[in-house]
Amino acid sequence: MTGPHRISLNVNGQIQTCEVDARMTLADCLREKLDLTGTHLGCEHGVCGACTVIVDGAAVRSCLMFAVQAADADITTVEGLADGDALSPLQQAFHDNFALQCGFCTPGFLTTAEAFLSENPSPTRAEIQSAISGNICRCTGYVSIIDAILDAAARRRGETPT
Amino acid sequence: MTGTRQDYIGQSAKRLEDKRLLTGAGRYIDDVKLPGMAVMAILRSPHAHARIRGIDLSAARALPGVTDAFSAADIDMDLPEIPLRLAPFQGFERFLQRPIAEGKVRYVGEPVAVVVAADRYIAEDALDLIEIDFEPLPAVTTVDQASAGDTLIHEDAGENMGTRYTVDRGDTDAAFADAAYTRRETFVTNRHGAVPMETRGLIAEFDPDTPLLRLHGATKVNFFNRRHLAAAFGLPETAVELIETDVGGGFGARGELYPEDYLVPIASRRAGRPVKWIEDRRENLTATNHSRDIICDLEIAATDDGRILGMRGTVQGDMGAYIRTNGGVVPSKAAQFLPGPYRVPAFSCDVQFLITNKTPVGTFRGPGRFEANFCRERLLDLMAGDLGIDPAEIRLRNLIEPAELPFRIGELVPGDPDATFDRGNYPSALNRLLAEAGYDDWKHRQGEIIDGRAHGLGIACFIESSAAGPPESATIAVAPDGGIEIRTGASSVGQGTETGLAQICADGLEIDIGTIAVLHGSTTLVETGGGTFHSRNTVMAGNATRIAAETLRRRALELGGLRWNCEPDGLAYGDGAVARDGERLSLADLAAFAESRGERLFAAATFDNEKKLSYSYGAHAALVAVDIATGMVDVKKYVLTEEIGRALNPAMVQGQAIGGLVQGLGGTLLDHMVYDEDGQLLTGSFADYLLPTSDCLPEITAIALEESPSEFNPMGFKGAGEGGIVAVAAAVGNAVSQALKVHDISITELPITPDRLRKALRATGA
Repeated sequence: MTGPHRISLNVNGQIQTCEVDARMTLADCLREKLDLTGTHLGCEHGVCGACTVIVDGAAVRSCLMFAVQAADADITTVEGLADGDALSPLQQAFHDNFALQCGFCTPGFLTTAEAFLSENPSPTRAEIQSAISGNICRCTGYVSIIDAILDAAARRRGETPT
Repeated sequence: MTGTRQDYIGQSAKRLEDKRLLTGAGRYIDDVKLPGMAVMAILRSPHAHARIRGIDLSAARALPGVTDAFSAADIDMDLPEIPLRLAPFQGFERFLQRPIAEGKVRYVGEPVAVVVAADRYIAEDALDLIEIDFEPLPAVTTVDQASAGDTLIHEDAGENMGTRYTVDRGDTDAAFADAAYTRRETFVTNRHGAVPMETRGLIAEFDPDTPLLRLHGATKVNFFNRRHLAAAFGLPETAVELIETDVGGGFGARGELYPEDYLVPIASRRAGRPVKWIEDRRENLTATNHSRDIICDLEIAATDDGRILGMRGTVQGDMGAYIRTNGGVVPSKAAQFLPGPYRVPAFSCDVQFLITNKTPVGTFRGPGRFEANFCRERLLDLMAGDLGIDPAEIRLRNLIEPAELPFRIGELVPGDPDATFDRGNYPSALNRLLAEAGYDDWKHRQGEIIDGRAHGLGIACFIESSAAGPPESATIAVAPDGGIEIRTGASSVGQGTETGLAQICADGLEIDIGTIAVLHGSTTLVETGGGTFHSRNTVMAGNATRIAAETLRRRALELGGLRWNCEPDGLAYGDGAVARDGERLSLADLAAFAESRGERLFAAATFDNEKKLSYSYGAHAALVAVDIATGMVDVKKYVLTEEIGRALNPAMVQGQAIGGLVQGLGGTLLDHMVYDEDGQLLTGSFADYLLPTSDCLPEITAIALEESPSEFNPMGFKGAGEGGIVAVAAAVGNAVSQALKVHDISITELPITPDRLRKALRATGA
């Protein structure tokens, strides 16, 4: 039904080449072919946002995109957010604000928020609520996640962490 | 000697779990890959009720990449019944589920056949090639149809009543006969469920020759599950290992024994290699336990000044097609908690467990409490309205006073020991809520129209048990490099157990929390464990850790005495070391010394609360704005108070309260498993099954009270995991009813959706 396609992806700053069937989703490619299991699958129909990755600067649901569609794209997954051992300002803000419990949805929130803050470095609380409304978290009730993103925005602007 | 240091206990220590979870280095079950592993997929019944006339697996088996396909007929063992773990009432034994359908299917989602293949794409292709000849039967989709019994779901049982009993205390008939006031209402708490973000999943490695069955992805009650899996497969318990990975949320549903806990091992045994199964979301919504789904007919009797004389009613639980591990927990706890934190001198309840052609039910955070609070607190508001008494005042008149505690609530669950509320101050928790919520202002403004929307403030009180179940274990070991390892039989489902236990250990040993690692859950770590449910981890594993730390301090002193060749009595323990005049031996030194003697610096402890439960309690208030034109309910502000005895980690307690509350808003306004008359689930995706999102949050104030430490555990903890959710439907239901009082709308059914509200408003001409 589908022959394998050889594609290359620039994932977290590294060129990766793999063979995928045309029907393989980007999420499965990242998880199964490249062993980047930080990207999680919560619904596989594009609603929960757990599988969000950044493709050429935009937050994308990797369960709804075929790997072949991402050929030659720049992709950032949760594994690519930290700078070596140092958490990114956003990750650090999540930690400091208790913005995760089970952590399963967290990679999707981080990538969504990372892309959002790149576009809107000084968001209001309401703008953040809207920006992450396509990501589902069952543990936190979202309040600490919103706090963390506000905090991260301030840190990224060089303001003192709250 | 106990250390009194509190550098961590009571502080919002940062979570030890976070770094791996924030960097994508967490290890959830689908992240585990074993050499030679195959992948399994399950063909599930598309019918709610049907006879299976034939199964043809030949085309599936012939598909390249498929290594196995099997149905019940192919399995060369007696298919075990999935056992009852909780509330195992007599009669349920007729309705137990086996891992795979034989002859008949009884709900949409029941496993019928299994495919094992090289990858999941191929496995799912193969499912499409399986031919099954079903003969559809009429579906039983309501408790009334189940009661009528025209269609039997389990023919051998001769009825669809799983079981039925009556519980009571006091003379209810007399209470109602003499009452100045009575009122009776029927309340519906709809079917919804836990729906954790990570679906279930398992990997089995089954080597019958060793023998060894290793099951990865286990959680919650691993030692119970091991015992039953060992029995089912004819293995000694020691040959079965349940391995816990990171878990993406539990909320009651995850970690129980399900059909797949048997099917994945069977598949691995047949394949002779590891087999992985990961539930997809559609499966999760049809195969993982649902919950709630209670119809409660409740009547109250009171004096004309609003003092409760009695309550009586009927609880009908829609149990779905089988009774699973949680037995009768949901309806039985709904009945038990109907009187709530109030002085109800006479109470009786007829509790019915009805079998229908739906997904089986189990527990979901606050099982039975969420339902009971909704019914009782709505009825109290109706009574307050009828009698012209303020809703807060009517509650204060009936709440059990501190002087009446401990308060014996009696045997309201068959087989449970007599239950007693421990000490506390219920009116204080309500009064604090009223002050925080601005009640005195709002009570005069109920129904006020602001910006075109009707506003209302609703309040509700709750009481909630915690720390049920068996004892819990913890060990602490110190390595010669100074690393400290806690192991416990308690599981983590993502709530921060590692951090909480490390806090207790760090203070107990007077050490830095950064040196501590916490390993939990897996049966390979400790000899025994009670598991994680009923808000018990902090109480049970927390106290076990504390006792282990105390034991380890004594052991350190003993070793210090041996090392210095002196009596331990002359030595002091402090700051993670044993000391005497100017000299000290750190825990690392002592561990190295122990090792040189062929010993370990190690302590093991078990905490047993002797089944004395600690009761958390409190109150909720919701301020809502209802758009009359659209029926949309906007919860603008939410306040809750919850007495938890002692907050181990205030930020994590906040997270539990707020997380529970928002989950409860879903159960009140959104979450709904909708079935049609054929028993088809109409809400089998996240496009249809709605969950709370970040754009509809109220302004939240969650207050943890620490005024009344539990007397049933040395650290004084009461469970903090469920108080956030249990009274949400009650408070919001009351708020919406207050807002719409002028329209004569009374909320009696969940969820409160715009279409339902508009329909009710339209009927009243609004």
